[in-house]
Amino acid sequence: MHGSRLRSLSAATVVTLITGFSLAAFVAPMDADQGFMQKIFYLHVPMAIVALCGFVFGGICAVMHLRTNEAKWDLRAYVAIHVSVILGVGVLLTGAIWAKASWGHWWVWDEPTLVSFLIIFLLYATYTPLRFSIEDREKQARYASVFAITAGAFVPLNFVAVRAATSLVHPRTFDSAGNLPGAMRTAFLVCFLGMALLYVLLWQYEMAHKNTVAQLRSLKRKLAGDDGLRSRRSAAPELQV
Amino acid sequence: MMRRAVSALLRKELRLELRTPQVIPAMALFSITTLIVFHFSLQANSVEGALAAGVLTVTLLFSSILGINRLFVADHEEGGFDGFLLAPVDRTAMLVAKALALGAFLVVLELVAVPAFGLMLLEPSLTGAALGQTVVVLLLADVGIAVVGTLVGALAIQTRARDLIVPLIALPLLLPVVIGTAKALAPTFAAAGAGALPGRWLAILGLYDLVFGLLAYAVFDFLLED
Repeated sequence: MHGSRLRSLSAATVVTLITGFSLAAFVAPMDADQGFMQKIFYLHVPMAIVALCGFVFGGICAVMHLRTNEAKWDLRAYVAIHVSVILGVGVLLTGAIWAKASWGHWWVWDEPTLVSFLIIFLLYATYTPLRFSIEDREKQARYASVFAITAGAFVPLNFVAVRAATSLVHPRTFDSAGNLPGAMRTAFLVCFLGMALLYVLLWQYEMAHKNTVAQLRSLKRKLAGDDGLRSRRSAAPELQV
Repeated sequence: MMRRAVSALLRKELRLELRTPQVIPAMALFSITTLIVFHFSLQANSVEGALAAGVLTVTLLFSSILGINRLFVADHEEGGFDGFLLAPVDRTAMLVAKALALGAFLVVLELVAVPAFGLMLLEPSLTGAALGQTVVVLLLADVGIAVVGTLVGALAIQTRARDLIVPLIALPLLLPVVIGTAKALAPTFAAAGAGALPGRWLAILGLYDLVFGLLAYAVFDFLLED
């Protein structure tokens, strides 16, 4: 995706996110016992759900890569996981702030949703080091895909396991969405849509960047021959154009 | 055909370990050392209940990381992979054989570590019923550790930072096993005498074994292609 379509997607993302956050801040009713702090809900929860879906999406791209053996699917999986890890940092930070505000501690161990998210985040944090420590490009792509599939299947399983050890302080968003008053639910859904758009947008930007870099490399190669390019080790997949 | 390939590979693994015992002694020694570390770091002469279950689970998990690290080293360095890939057999045979070998190592490890744990740290000494429950839970845990360990070992053997990658990937992936084992064993080691096994945790361990068994079966081929 290039040029004007990327621009209109950016505009749609900004508009949706601003609408969602304004709805959350001004229209949605104030939470009875948490007050204004509860508004972080509209940032934290959509971000967490989108990040987890992004991990699973990366796993699906990795399945496609192993089936078709095309480099573009490896690149898609890589970018999906990369963006999700970045969102994951945001989820952990906003979660800690919210926990401090409403439970009085930065971190609560008997809280399955927090703990399972941290485990998944730590697992995916090894994705880049794993890629970086394999030099052969083709092997790097294949092994990274195997990792992405394993970890993608691990995401739901881990939630089952940790949640079974549950104490249920953390609100269940999808179970309790029915309990949200109308204005809160609308605000939440708009925020969720905005966050999903943000994920897609970041994904598209990084894909566009990687594709452009690949095209630039092939142009340089045409001009200067293979000598003109120093090949350097990298964790990111490289497209051959 | 598959069964013959698996049994040939398994016999090779076990014979290698019997001729020059390397992995099992290291794992067993490490488990005893870890128990001593727990004694001093917890500053407790005895443990019971949930704490005891956790100490045993962590000891076994860390010891098994040593086994996972070594699982494919010989094949990688001495050309075992090349020999296997030349043979006209299903590649899944390698997964099954390696997982069985690692499972066997884990069972031997537990034959040493569980009695040592019972003697050194556990306060209500192991009765027959408690021992039976421990065996059931640990067997379920071993299946999960063996399958995931084989997968992670094969993944990490081709990387330059092998010893770093194995624990980094294996520990988070095995956390559901840790949770399940520790929770399932907690009533067994209770000070008031062994309670019944919680079925929910056995089911979670079983589910984990099943999902990762199928997953490893599906993706393992791609780790051997060359």
